[in-house]
Amino acid sequence: MAKQYPLKIIAFTCYNCAYAAADLAGSMRLSYHPAVSIVGIPCTGAVEPAVILNAFEQGIDGVFVAGCLDGECHYKTGNLHARERVRQLRGDLERIGLEPERLEMFQLSAAMGSRFAELVNEFVERIYTLGPSPVRPGLDCGGRKK
Amino acid sequence: MIVAEQKSFKEIVEYLRGKYDLLIVPCMSCTAVCFAGGVQQGEELASALRIHCKMHGDGLNCTVRPVTRQCDPEFIEELTGEVAQADSILSLACGVGVQFLAERYPDKAVIPALNTSFAGGKTAPGIWEERCSLCGNCVLHVTGGICPITRCAKGLLNGPCGGSEQGRCEIDPNLPCAWQLIINRMNGLGRLEELLAFQCPKDWSTGNAGGLRRLVREDLRLK
Ligand code: SF4
Ligand code: SF4
Repeated sequence: MAKQYPLKIIAFTCYNCAYAAADLAGSMRLSYHPAVSIVGIPCTGAVEPAVILNAFEQGIDGVFVAGCLDGECHYKTGNLHARERVRQLRGDLERIGLEPERLEMFQLSAAMGSRFAELVNEFVERIYTLGPSPVRPGLDCGGRKK
Repeated sequence: MIVAEQKSFKEIVEYLRGKYDLLIVPCMSCTAVCFAGGVQQGEELASALRIHCKMHGDGLNCTVRPVTRQCDPEFIEELTGEVAQADSILSLACGVGVQFLAERYPDKAVIPALNTSFAGGKTAPGIWEERCSLCGNCVLHVTGGICPITRCAKGLLNGPCGGSEQGRCEIDPNLPCAWQLIINRMNGLGRLEELLAFQCPKDWSTGNAGGLRRLVREDLRLK
């Protein structure tokens, strides 16, 4: 693993799949990197782009959205909408000046506990390679220059 | 409704050069419904601008303050307090909203975040289509509810141009020929004969060729 420094990563995980997979990883006593904070949501289709952008604005180093496999969304197509939004947001990040690789979409089932742990570790490794976010919360937007 | 889409982020950043206190004003009517200028899009834009500023060291302070309808003086009046704190306003309304803001707050730079596209509606999730060119003298009763001015590539009023093939327009085969649609519809209604009736030349005096149009309703005016 590349150089270690404190990282902050947020995972928006769907209760019906990835969140349960994370739970399973825990029950299986699989360890994965502690930099990831897991946020459970009813469906990845409910993750608004503004929330993801807000995370980056707060200086978060990486975000991933993890939803169900194709055809398994409990709300039919929430995961597909989420995947498209993530694709578009990656373009937005690039235009803003942030590396698009800091954002990712994963799809897995509730049974994929060990895959979840693997994905987390791979993503953390990727973010370590990119380095900390250039958006640090300390660097505030000042408003009118006095 | 008015359909609009957001300008590119690069373009918006360019317009904001030299600005320090920005009031971002989403509109909660048409542009919110077409996902271009609603509260969500305003928050996204504010976040994107803040990230950009935090990375480039520019001191741009963004506040988001939506209004119900920017094409209505009553609603934009509510912004007075916030506008006083800002040096510029980024409007997420259609061109009408942008102009109303600029008229009401003449000492502020008012910047459009959207391109106003057309008067139309949603034909499927994620797809909007134009339906009306706002000619001011509607002929839909004659044409089976299909507007030839807007939907015929040549705006023909007296039948097809002759280039229509397999029901597609000769200008763009991705578009159905408007006159084919009109004829099919009138045929379906058993009213095809009506298309043969003599029509007087259309009165274009209600169109937008003579500058600003104004509508006055005496019954609604404050006396
Ligand atoms: S005829 Fe004129 S008013 Fe009627 S739909 Fe067409 S452009 Fe609009
Ligand atoms: S093909 Fe039909 S829609 Fe196209 S220009 Fe001719 S009449 Fe108009």
